[in-house]
Amino acid sequence: MIKVENIQLTFNAGTPIENHVLRNLSLTIKEGEFVTVIGSNGAGKSSLLNIISGDLLADSGYVIINNRDVTRYPTWKRANLVARVFQDPMAGTCEKLTIEENLALAYKRGQPRTLLPALNRQNKVLFKDKLARLNLGLENRLNDLMGLLSGGQRQAVSLLMSSLQPSKILLLDEHTAALDPKTAQFVLSLTNQIVQENKLTTLMVTHSMKQALEYGTRTIMLHQGQVVLDISGEQRSKLGVSDLLNMFEKTRGETITDDALLLS
Amino acid sequence: MSFEIAFGTLEIGLIYALVSLGVLISFRILDFPDLTADGSFPLGGAVCGVCLYLGVNPWLATLFGMLAGACAGVITAWLYVRLNIMQLLSSIIVMIALYSINLRILGLGPFLQHETPRMSGSPNLPLLDAETIFTPFINADYSNQYYLQPLIILAFVVICWSLLNSFLNTQQGLALRATGANARMAKAQGIATGKMVILGMAISNGLIALGGSLFVQTQGNADISIGVGTIVIGLAAVILGENLLSSKRIGLMTLAVILGSIVYRFFIALALGNETLQRIGIGTEDLNLITAILVTLALVLPKQLKKWKARRGANA
Repeated sequence: MIKVENIQLTFNAGTPIENHVLRNLSLTIKEGEFVTVIGSNGAGKSSLLNIISGDLLADSGYVIINNRDVTRYPTWKRANLVARVFQDPMAGTCEKLTIEENLALAYKRGQPRTLLPALNRQNKVLFKDKLARLNLGLENRLNDLMGLLSGGQRQAVSLLMSSLQPSKILLLDEHTAALDPKTAQFVLSLTNQIVQENKLTTLMVTHSMKQALEYGTRTIMLHQGQVVLDISGEQRSKLGVSDLLNMFEKTRGETITDDALLLS
Repeated sequence: MSFEIAFGTLEIGLIYALVSLGVLISFRILDFPDLTADGSFPLGGAVCGVCLYLGVNPWLATLFGMLAGACAGVITAWLYVRLNIMQLLSSIIVMIALYSINLRILGLGPFLQHETPRMSGSPNLPLLDAETIFTPFINADYSNQYYLQPLIILAFVVICWSLLNSFLNTQQGLALRATGANARMAKAQGIATGKMVILGMAISNGLIALGGSLFVQTQGNADISIGVGTIVIGLAAVILGENLLSSKRIGLMTLAVILGSIVYRFFIALALGNETLQRIGIGTEDLNLITAILVTLALVLPKQLKKWKARRGANA
């Protein structure tokens, strides 16, 4: 369970470029919920994710994960609770390390690391097994450098990495935005599969209204650092993309000119 | 090139192989441009030298030299990690501080032996009569010194190389490599990257100072000036090694650096022994200039070659 309470976050406070990113934002996400997050640029979507992951620390307010107050924890200290896939395929993996070394890193996410070899026969078999299930032929390329993979392959491996260690929360920050439509579709269905198999509490930021309604169990819309729309259950299943767009326009008080939002 | 000179060249190549392994860790694995080396190499030499001067067991003295270097690395890393001073600047600060500290340490030997009335620094410390790790193995007439010393240093290099390889393939070692390669990802995987940088810099400068400790024992004196250009020589070996043998496997990456260091020394020896160059007056005093030119060429040439090739391709 994630509980975010009265979060305030301001960039460059006290300067002419002061930017109040999150305004008293509160949000409670129940165990096992799959929340899609939408909102225009600068609405605070990524900041919200960064507050939960620890990449950003809030000016005030609380972040509580599984009844543990992690507000002041740095990223690495929360890693046993939070798994993450970044928007940039380069960000979530180490291109200078091999595929199996990347998996070995994730296999110990949030766990104490010892002076035992990172790779051994058992975990290599496990990695091969897991990679085979991606159907990308990567199971024969364990020794290849991560940098040789395409963006889609890297995101698929990132997702796999996030599921190697049990975690409570999965954070997805527009993780298909840098991919072509077909690959994006593949990565999304893989996401769904991993979320369901591991019963993860998930937060997925997306720019696509269609994705926001198609995936997950609950949708929230952020605007100027606040939650302006929160729908789930029957109300959500009756909603179409056009309804959502209307609400989106209403909150912004302007018509949408961003083609990407309309067409995707 | 005579047998003796070849072994002498090998010896110095092997000593600097330890330095190069240290430079590999900081520059390549951690992506930390670290100039501490110019201070930690003579620091290892000075600490080891003073211990030898005072009659401490030479193996212990070597170990102390290495630990002193590790401490210097920790301080540099700490300035960067905790006080947020730029990497390059932190290392320069520590390097410059070590210059004074090394002078003090070198002066400590005669003072503690009551040979000088007051505690003052000294730019060098003679170790001609001191017992070194080599002493027990060498004949009274020094007839086997020229091959035994390189052999013992080779043993050091082999041990450090295999220990380093095993470490870099452990869970901790992998975390260290991830820290340098992608710090944001490393943090998301639960790695305390700050601690990893401190650990890596300790290992790096420990190896460099071990090189310094062995160096003074082969030279028969400890001198403040041995540190000048350490980092450039180490970097030269790293770059040369990468060109000789490029691999993604950590064991071969480290081996390449060792080979690079030895090959580099043979280049230098050949250049200094070259009669034409000698005739136009090039001597040992030009060593650092030659190194600087070689490193510049090694850094620039591969990129330029690529550019020329690309331009040719465009014209064709």
